[in-house]
This record gives sequence, C-alpha cells and structure tokens, in this order.
Amino acid sequence: MLKVLICVAQRDLLLAFRRRSDVFSMLSFFIIVVSLFPLGVGPEPAMLQSMAPGILWVAALLASTLALNRLFAYDFADGTLEQMLLTPEPLTVIVIGKVLAHWIISGLPLVLLAPLLAVQYGLPGDAVLVLFYSLLIGTPILSLIGAIGAALTLGTRGGGVLVSLLVLPLYIPVLIFGAGAVGAQASGMGAGANLLLLGGVLAGALALTPWTTAAALRISLE
Amino acid sequence: MSLQTRQLACTRGERSLFTNLELTITPGNALRIMGSNGTGKTSLLRMLCGLSMPASGAVLWNGQNIRSNREEFNRQLTYLGHAAAIKDDLTAWENVVVASTLAGNPIHQIDAYDALDRLGLERAADLPARVLSQGQRKRVALARLQFCTHNPLWILDEPFVALDVASVTQLQSIMNRHLDNQGMIIFTTHQEVAFDDGRLHSLDLNQGEPC
Repeated sequence: MLKVLICVAQRDLLLAFRRRSDVFSMLSFFIIVVSLFPLGVGPEPAMLQSMAPGILWVAALLASTLALNRLFAYDFADGTLEQMLLTPEPLTVIVIGKVLAHWIISGLPLVLLAPLLAVQYGLPGDAVLVLFYSLLIGTPILSLIGAIGAALTLGTRGGGVLVSLLVLPLYIPVLIFGAGAVGAQASGMGAGANLLLLGGVLAGALALTPWTTAAALRISLE
Repeated sequence: MSLQTRQLACTRGERSLFTNLELTITPGNALRIMGSNGTGKTSLLRMLCGLSMPASGAVLWNGQNIRSNREEFNRQLTYLGHAAAIKDDLTAWENVVVASTLAGNPIHQIDAYDALDRLGLERAADLPARVLSQGQRKRVALARLQFCTHNPLWILDEPFVALDVASVTQLQSIMNRHLDNQGMIIFTTHQEVAFDDGRLHSLDLNQGEPC
C-alpha cells in the first residue's frame, strides 16, 4: 500500500520537475501579485502592515487554485487515471499520494516564499513567523479540498472556472483563520486560537477529503 | 473461475447500443469482440472491468458482482485501455515501472529494461515517450503485460493497433502463452488474429448475438 503511495507521489514530483514551467508560472503569479500591492497602494507602513496578511493569503489561495486543474487532468487525458481506478490498492491511497505531491509542488514553495515577500510590507518578525505557520497548516487544506473540486470537474469544458466556483467557498474559512492568525499576532492578541482552528480544519480535511475525492473520481470516469 | 454477464445493456445518451448481452468466458479461452465503429466495443470493455456502470444487468466474476468486491476483482484483472496511459515526460522504462507498480506488481528498473528488450525496444528504453512513434508507444504499454501473467483476466482494447508485423506476432505469442496458463483474454480488434484452435470465440456487436 505504502509502495503505491510513494510511487504515485514520486512520479508526480518527477513529472512536475520535467515540466518546471508550470510550477514557475504559478510562483511568478504569486510573487507578482504580492509585490504589486505595495507599489499600488503607496508606502504607508501602518496601512501596509494591516493589509499584509490578507494580501499574502489571498494571493497564495489564488495561486494554489491555478494549479488545481492539473491535479488530475493530465492523468485523465492519457488514460492513467483509468489504470489508477483499477489497481488492487484502495483509490484513496493513490489520491493521498497525488495530493501530497501536489502540495509539495504548489503549496510548499508558497509557504517558503511568503516570509521573504512579507518583508515588503514591514511585518514584524513574530508576525512573519505566524504567517509561515499559518500557511504551513493552511496550504495542505487547500490542496485537499481542491482535489475534490478537481475530481468533480474532470472532463468538463471550462473546468477551470467551475473548479474555482466550487472550491472557493470552501476555502473561505481557511482564509479567515489563516489571515486572522497573522492579524491577531500583529495586534498583540496572540495567534494561538486561529492556528488551533486551522489545525482542526486540517485534521478534518485529512480524514474526509481523500475518500470524497476518490468517490468523485469514480463518478467522473463513469 | 469465470467472467459472466447477465442481461447487460448499454445506452449512450438516448441511444441504446446493446441490450440483453450475455457472455461467459472460462479459463484458457479468448473472446474477441467485433463490431463496426460506434457499436459499443470500448463501452462494453469498460463495463466488464467495472469502470462504467451498466444501464442494466450485471457483470459477475466467479458468480459475484464485480462491484461488490472491487479490490479482489482488480487483483485478478489487467486492463489496457484505448488510451495507452503513457506519460510523455517519462522515459519508456519509467513508464513501465510506474504502470506495473500501479497494477500491484512493483518491479525494478532492470526488469523494465528486460521487458522492453523482449519487445525490441532496447534502444528506446531511455528515451522520453514523447519522442517515440505510435507503434513504439503501444509496445511500451504492452510491455507491462509480461508482469501480469499471474492475473487470470486480461481485457485489452485494440492491442494490435499501430503495431508492425513482428510485434503483432510477438503479442499473439504472449497472448497464447497466457491462454496456455489458463488465462482469459477479452479483446477488440479489426485485424485477423491467429490463435490455436478452439480457443478463440467471437462476439459480434453488430448482430448482438454471441456466435
């Protein structure tokens, strides 16, 4: 079981590495959006500091939505997904492997870049640390929930827009708690409560979404 | 051990492709599904391996509905679909390793090389699948059959398409060997294929009656 999970994750990472431009375009989107805001709204430190958590989180959320289409679409097009449905291993294991690889490709780079970009907003050190933690807990949730949307919209035309419509409402709690954690830390209230709530959402998503995604994949391939 | 269908029916949109289809396949036999384009050959194969739901009727493996015991059935099944499941960005041997591991038979790089060698692809093994010809890609997809000999049921959708004469002979001998080992093969093709006597049965979807 573990072998299949590792094989799927490794394969997806290798494919992403051989098609680096996809990952770079997503990352440059994130960097550009985050860097344009300080230029657009002006160098007022207080305003920038209060806007920073929201902007960083919204940009990360949109960037990870961009990458969602690719999660299953290529495998669907070349028939690999059919083979995945017919393995003796539970489909859930394969889904977990794919989501894990997807997070490493599209979530982890955002987590690592965000603290650097936060410097432009003059966020204090402890708030940057909280931003890092909140993204570290939050981006896996985005990948897990996004996988359901990606699986449901397989094979539909204009799936990209549809996926955002389906998934963005479910992302909103993550956005609120994630950005809220940074805001709370910056205003001196402490980020503990928000981060714990995010952790709870992550635990729930880990427990439920792989099964939901597997069921959605079966429906899409009928 | 047998695969059976009970009054299988398939509809695409409003159109009914076939109804009341009954077929049985037992060890050591091959079933060739024939029919013009659009008569539902691929749809039938997808139903037989449980990828799509029949409009009515059921597919039974050893008397049990395949949907009630999916993992056990998948363990006995090898399916090569219409799409070859080849990744353009992976090399030929990586494709074989991944496909075989997904099918539940983890293999090593060296095994993949051997399998490709036997199909005459020794020089293409390290090339990305993107640069291979259609026939070579097909052979890469077929290479994994060599690791599936312990799965009794093979369902192959158009396995002979795009293959050259030598590869067709080779594939036939792989299939014959599988039948020798009491395997079962269900396949579609528009080509004439030679099997040892009495093993090959045909089902013509144009008439809807097994013959």
